[in-house]
Amino acid sequence: MIRSLPSSPLYKIGYRIYIAIFYLFLTMPLVTISVLAFNDSNFIALPWEGFSLDWFFSNTSERLGLFSDEDLLISIWTSFETGFLVASLSTIVGTFAALLFEEEKFRFKGLLYFLALAPLVIPGVILGISILLSSTSASIYIEDHYNIYIESLGPSFWLVVFGQFSFCATYVMLLVGARLKKFDRTLEEAALSLRATRLQSIWYVTIPFLRPAIIGAFVVAFLISFSNFNTTIFLIGSDPTLPVDLYSRIKFSSTPVLNAVSFMIVTVITFSAFINIYTSRKK
Amino acid sequence: MMKKRNITFYLFIIPVLMWLIFLIVLPHIDLFLSSFRFENDDGNTVFSFENYLSFFQDSIYWLTFLRTAFYSIAITVLAFVLTFPIAFFLTKVVSKKYSSFMTLLLLIPIWVGELVTIYGWMILLSDHGVINNFLIYLGLMDTPIKMLYTDFSMIIGLLYMSMLFMIVPVMSALDSLDDSLIEAASDLGASKWTIVTKIVIPHAMPGIASGGIMVFMLIIGDYVAPNILGGKSSLWFTEQIYNFFLTTIDWSQGAAFGFLLLLLSSAIIWIVLKITGQKLERVGS
Repeated sequence: MIRSLPSSPLYKIGYRIYIAIFYLFLTMPLVTISVLAFNDSNFIALPWEGFSLDWFFSNTSERLGLFSDEDLLISIWTSFETGFLVASLSTIVGTFAALLFEEEKFRFKGLLYFLALAPLVIPGVILGISILLSSTSASIYIEDHYNIYIESLGPSFWLVVFGQFSFCATYVMLLVGARLKKFDRTLEEAALSLRATRLQSIWYVTIPFLRPAIIGAFVVAFLISFSNFNTTIFLIGSDPTLPVDLYSRIKFSSTPVLNAVSFMIVTVITFSAFINIYTSRKK
Repeated sequence: MMKKRNITFYLFIIPVLMWLIFLIVLPHIDLFLSSFRFENDDGNTVFSFENYLSFFQDSIYWLTFLRTAFYSIAITVLAFVLTFPIAFFLTKVVSKKYSSFMTLLLLIPIWVGELVTIYGWMILLSDHGVINNFLIYLGLMDTPIKMLYTDFSMIIGLLYMSMLFMIVPVMSALDSLDDSLIEAASDLGASKWTIVTKIVIPHAMPGIASGGIMVFMLIIGDYVAPNILGGKSSLWFTEQIYNFFLTTIDWSQGAAFGFLLLLLSSAIIWIVLKITGQKLERVGS
């Protein structure tokens, strides 16, 4: 049953077949789109018409490849910008929150911690609509009372950034907080007793200890932002992010360029995952 | 406890408070208030329960609500049943050499993102898709079976995009289970079933609870899988919220539905936490 216990051959084989089927189930959609990205056809699915790089490089009106499709490239770039801003913002605020909830004592700490965890149990749709509603209310209020119209309070690039930030910060807080739990507080106390200020002790002692978790959390926040659809769709202005663009193409105008984009995403993710495991094994 | 705060404390707490107040608390208060806003026949916006009443009056709304709740729970249970053997295999059976590689493979679909994987399933399941072609090629049938745009394809999509979030916490719970407990039980003659139900599952309960909550939240709040893979009759409650916000532009009605969805998901999570004796704090870890 486990490594050290013998099992009957039938059980062993049956178990391994199940594992194999599961992994087949897991990889099938990703392998399929990756292969079909090179299909010389105008349709997204089978039949296989031969190998072609058209859906990456072609630039005709009939076949607009990934690298010639300006709208698609713009939405990819928008996703990068959004992801970078969301990850930066949530890494900073999430780390602050982790330090606050792990190391400080203050009133209403329990309530605030509960609120910080709330995005885990609020469906993404709800976060999207409530941020849309409240920012619209705020925009109307400001316009009525101060006669200023703030564009970013309507559906826009910045609203997407803040919407995604609202739940990414929770994940950063948890990832950094988990590492902070292993931190030896006496190191900070030593720094303080050597007359470092609180800020200095955090900057020179705590943050270096947290660095791997902070970098990891940044990457996680970026990836969550990059692939988010459920919250983003409500907050999007005139410039769609990649998932929103992909969604509308899947619904209304699917060409194999979708396979090409998916292939790129799958390749980049797989490649970086293996680099990650290779470098962490070396240590 | 009124010691003097230094400036660092305020440096930390101010951004955190702004995050929680402006992006969590106020938006949800506004959601709640908006749900009672109703435009009457004179065109004035008044306080009313009309938005909630229409939910109960039109059977398609509350039937979809119940359907979504039922399917979400069922798919969560299914995700547990299907992935538990995998989590056990990766932590207890396979040698360490392969397990890190196999675990890595599990993470790839998560990071690739829901939209791409759901799109992949769309190609696999369509009438001229890979699965139908393969089955015809094998000679098992002559004409394609309709798999896409049915409840079946919707369930596959929801399962696929959520189940991996079950494996990760269950694996970390199983990691801390001492193998010698299983060996001892086996030496004393316990069957595999007894070992799993009496030792392994109780030990993994915290992981199962947090994985279950993650999976359930992803499913009940999902829009992409039901919308892309589901058929006309595969209604999902989030689709109705989307329609109120993005198609018919009836935000107050949408807010009421959003609030109902929030109530439903919170209630189910609260019940699960009570039954399993877990705390919300542990879900995240």
